[in-house]
Amino acid sequence: MVDFLTSLGLSGLLAWTIAAIVSAVLVLNVIAGGALAFIWAERKVSARIQDRLGPTRTGGRFGWLQSVADGIKLLAKEDLMPEGADGLLFRLAPYVSFCASFCAFIALPFAFDVVGQRLNVAVFFVVAVLGLEVFGVILAGYASASKWSLFGAMREAAQVVSYEVPLGMCVVVPVMLAGSMDMVTIGEKQAGWFWNWYLFHDPFTFVVFWVYVTCAVASVNRAPFDLAEAESELVAGFHTEYSGLRWSYFFMAEYGSMFLVSAMAAVLFLGGWNGPIPVATLVGLSEGTGDTAPYLVRLLGLANLIGKASLGVIIMMWIRWTLPRLRIDQVMTTCLKYCTPIAAVMFAGAMLWQIILPGGLMPGVGRPGGEIREGWLEGPGGRAAVKPVAEGEKVARATREATP
Amino acid sequence: MTPTLAGLPLTAVVPPLAAINWHSFFFLLFASIACGFAVAVVTATNVVRMALYLVLSLAATAGLFLLAGAEFVGAMQLMIYVGGTLVLLVFGVMLTAQAPFVSIATSGGDRVLAGVVGAALLGALLMAGLSVPAWRAPASGKLAEPAATPLGMALVGVRVDEPAANAPEKAVRPGYLLPFEIISIHLLVVLVGAAYLARAKRRKTPRAIDVAASVEPPASVAEHAAIGRGPAGAGSVLAGGPALTGGPR
Repeated sequence: MVDFLTSLGLSGLLAWTIAAIVSAVLVLNVIAGGALAFIWAERKVSARIQDRLGPTRTGGRFGWLQSVADGIKLLAKEDLMPEGADGLLFRLAPYVSFCASFCAFIALPFAFDVVGQRLNVAVFFVVAVLGLEVFGVILAGYASASKWSLFGAMREAAQVVSYEVPLGMCVVVPVMLAGSMDMVTIGEKQAGWFWNWYLFHDPFTFVVFWVYVTCAVASVNRAPFDLAEAESELVAGFHTEYSGLRWSYFFMAEYGSMFLVSAMAAVLFLGGWNGPIPVATLVGLSEGTGDTAPYLVRLLGLANLIGKASLGVIIMMWIRWTLPRLRIDQVMTTCLKYCTPIAAVMFAGAMLWQIILPGGLMPGVGRPGGEIREGWLEGPGGRAAVKPVAEGEKVARATREATP
Repeated sequence: MTPTLAGLPLTAVVPPLAAINWHSFFFLLFASIACGFAVAVVTATNVVRMALYLVLSLAATAGLFLLAGAEFVGAMQLMIYVGGTLVLLVFGVMLTAQAPFVSIATSGGDRVLAGVVGAALLGALLMAGLSVPAWRAPASGKLAEPAATPLGMALVGVRVDEPAANAPEKAVRPGYLLPFEIISIHLLVVLVGAAYLARAKRRKTPRAIDVAASVEPPASVAEHAAIGRGPAGAGSVLAGGPALTGGPR
């Protein structure tokens, strides 16, 4: 895109800025549009699980427009603030939450190279930024001057900070297998049939995936870990005092984070934009051939990733409406006594598996590019043009020697 | 081919935008945010607002790192400092929870003392920074390709990025394994110590003073405290206020 803008005669940095704005608007729409769709889905899923019908009349047979009606209602609501509240923090908190959720999307690849900003440390960046979302929640809980809000915020803080530990351990396993923290590289290393996915890489990664799912659900505060807004005890937890549009920002942040952790699970464990069956490769399309083929392949990848991430969100809804809420001590037990040790042992196991069986159980079934590391994508050939790291080093060393 | 907009070349329509040096613009933006909120931390009187300003200042610093292409350091800044401030905030809220929105007033003497110490530190840092010859030379424009792999390799003991001078081809300089291990052991000791200090105390023979005050806590509370006072940092968040975080059970 930058190349295209530069070819129009714009200066490099201006082209970068315009490209950045376009990416940001697209990501914003992923969150906002996603929230609309997922709130509708949440209503329908919860209704089905509880043997109801859910919305049936707003906008046709399936209640498609229910979320839009919700949005209009929220816009029209009176914006209240408690008298004793800290006005600045109270107003700021929803945007802090939303911005954290939004920023994490910048580094998330939606298909091969379809990414806001391809970061070398994308995985780390996403985990770091995702942890900031709780900051808005704490500010909201504190600034509301309500004990229910403060209780909710404290619980959330304790929970999210604890669950970052096992979550980080789970995320490290695919990073170790791929030898890179670049999410595009990690996704691309799982190309091919579904048995190339890191979920099926070895027994340890299979277990780690489920630990990741647990920790991801906990880190986005979904039931059964939604102590921060336990409505049976805390009214509505940290957003008790919020109404109208500000409240909806919290919800957009929550659904954005749900989509984000699901997309991350897809990229790290479920092959990312590579479908279970490599349709594009079987048909003969590749990222490098022809004019339209790269776009078609990426569109297919986009559909794959969004499909997987949406499935993840639906599963979170299924869990929410099936399991009862945990107590705070049970939450901490799950984190410290189960998730963390299991993740640590599985991490060590996956490492040993890599050392003992580097080719997997079936060495004939090749994984793409055993030696691929960062900087391996050269030219339009995509994954065909593999540049091992040793060669790159030689080049770098040669240039260093050449220049006095 | 020059694209046009309303009869004019596109470059003629948007020269003001093109003329701005965007890199400098973003640098100044992030730098002013960082400095402005750093001042706000000092002048604020409410502990939660202070924490908020501190987070914004640190996040702007992370933005500076990202702008410089040091993505790993930038993400690290977010993870450690901003996350650390979060825990600080939790403690701040818990310690001032007796009376909400407590304002902390600084006395004049403290301000003078802080100013002197701060100025001395700034002076020392500036002198140290300016005394590095390599930092005074203008940037060569040659950027190392940002990659986390050399950093990780250096942490486990192999400097792949800078082979030793006058060394055979295969030899590499030792990396940062020793400092890394020292820090790890240090942190481990701190964690064990924290867990030891904060553990739920159980005595075999109750002393008289304990018997006098013996309202035996229910098993679940004791267990909760034991969990809450675990070594995981966040657990100790709970340790200060199981009654607060436990909520109605």
